[in-house]
Amino acid sequence: MSLYSEKVMDHFKHPRNVGIIEDADGIGEVGNAKCGDIMKMYIKVQDGILVDVKFETFGCGSAIASSSMATEMIKGKPLEEALTLTNRAVTEALGGLPAYKLHCSVLAEQAVQAAILDYYTKNNIPYDPSKFKDALCAHEHEHEHDEGEEE
Amino acid sequence: MYIYADHAATTKLSERAAKVYLQTAQEVYGNPSSLHSTGQRAQEVLTECREQIAAILGASPREIYFTSGGSESDNQAILSAAYAGAKKGKRKLISTAIEHHAVLHTLKKLQKEGFEVVLLPVGTNGIVDVKDVEAAIDDSTALVSVMFANNEIGTLQPVAEIGALCRKRGVLFHTDAVQAVGHVPVNVKELSCDYLALSAHKFSGPKGVGVLYCRTGAPLTSLIEGGAQEKHKRAGTEDLPAIAAMTEALKESVADMGATSVMLRHLQDRLIDGLSKIPHCALNGDREKRLPSNVSFCFEGIEGESLLLLLDEKGICASSGSACTSGSLDPSHVLLAIGRVHDVAHGSLRLTLGAENTEEEVDYLIQSVEEVVAYLRGMSPVWRDLQEGKRQYIL
Repeated sequence: MSLYSEKVMDHFKHPRNVGIIEDADGIGEVGNAKCGDIMKMYIKVQDGILVDVKFETFGCGSAIASSSMATEMIKGKPLEEALTLTNRAVTEALGGLPAYKLHCSVLAEQAVQAAILDYYTKNNIPYDPSKFKDALCAHEHEHEHDEGEEE
Repeated sequence: MYIYADHAATTKLSERAAKVYLQTAQEVYGNPSSLHSTGQRAQEVLTECREQIAAILGASPREIYFTSGGSESDNQAILSAAYAGAKKGKRKLISTAIEHHAVLHTLKKLQKEGFEVVLLPVGTNGIVDVKDVEAAIDDSTALVSVMFANNEIGTLQPVAEIGALCRKRGVLFHTDAVQAVGHVPVNVKELSCDYLALSAHKFSGPKGVGVLYCRTGAPLTSLIEGGAQEKHKRAGTEDLPAIAAMTEALKESVADMGATSVMLRHLQDRLIDGLSKIPHCALNGDREKRLPSNVSFCFEGIEGESLLLLLDEKGICASSGSACTSGSLDPSHVLLAIGRVHDVAHGSLRLTLGAENTEEEVDYLIQSVEEVVAYLRGMSPVWRDLQEGKRQYIL
């Protein structure tokens, strides 16, 4: 199918870092089943570095590919750097996404932030809320989703 | 293996129709409106096609209007009846929640123009209740429009009963028979319909051509101006090669209908029984009152687009009512109308069979769907929650 780039199809067919981390230090879940996309991100942190990242996704091809790409982009990186991951960077790394699929990359960014936020919260580590804007407004995004015009 | 299991989307042009298409395009190339003999030869072929299609539908040739396909026919029927009704102060249009968008969007447009649109619900079996139609009809009703067979879940609607009811109440009745013609017997007399839409590419004819049946005496407004073709109701030089090929494909489909439907019923049973073994899934639409070609399922815990992409990798062409496959955010209105909640409607799969499909292919379909569903569930957080009891199974 030519709907997606080769890179998207590669990550969709051979997703990297699929699965769960039993003793995860942080877990982030974004999206909802009603909208047809749920991403769950598991992280393992050592000395401020994301030593392991795994994901589970319920969703379309681009949702699975975006999750896979996002895990590759943050694995082995310091938390601070992972927090700067944008949906635009995920989309670019995937060689682009169709316009109506861009929200999949937004979910990937939110899932990463949600997992790190969970890690900070669990460990009582102070954080700058402005860096989690996307994770914190994830529910607003879902709301927009619900009101989407069917055409 | 390559398996085409998306016949409700479109079909391959039959050998005979292709031959007729080429022959007509090269040999009967005149314009039917021309006075010279080459034009008149084309006019003769056009007349023959009209007569043959009319005979198959139980109509009179002058009630057959050639159009660009199902969408145009649906638009013209509905707009004609609505505007004629409005002149008499009748502005109520009754239809169902599971119609094709060619019908629904036309109704939406009319609603914006001030018409009252009533979309009747269907049962969980995907069938509208005649009593609901009866209760909705009143003196202000201009039109009832109910599809013959649903394009997503294949359910057959009680159109003959609805037609008889409308006739009795003096209300115009249109049926979108795009999925039915060429596959199940369709006769306009038995349906008591005033309008009927059909499309050639659903029965191995060419794309871009169809028919609007309009009963003599029923109002008909033209949507395209510019010539005297089709009794001034549809301007534009007739696409004679396509019309001739459509006629050939329809004759062929109708001649083979009995044998094909027996064969398809067998494959359908095999496919439904096979897929039903997958845990936490459900067949969409009535098990019996459906087109012999249609198999539609919802699978819990997965999303339809990823299912289609992976089936495509295995050489299987299928379709889904998932939001992601249509570019919209909501899943299929048909699946929602039969009571599937969003969560499971996203995980739908439609397989529509054709005469060339085999038992071996059906077995491969079952095995492939089973594998892909299991694989996607394996990476689905929803499926994990269901399995761990953190979320309740719906199916």
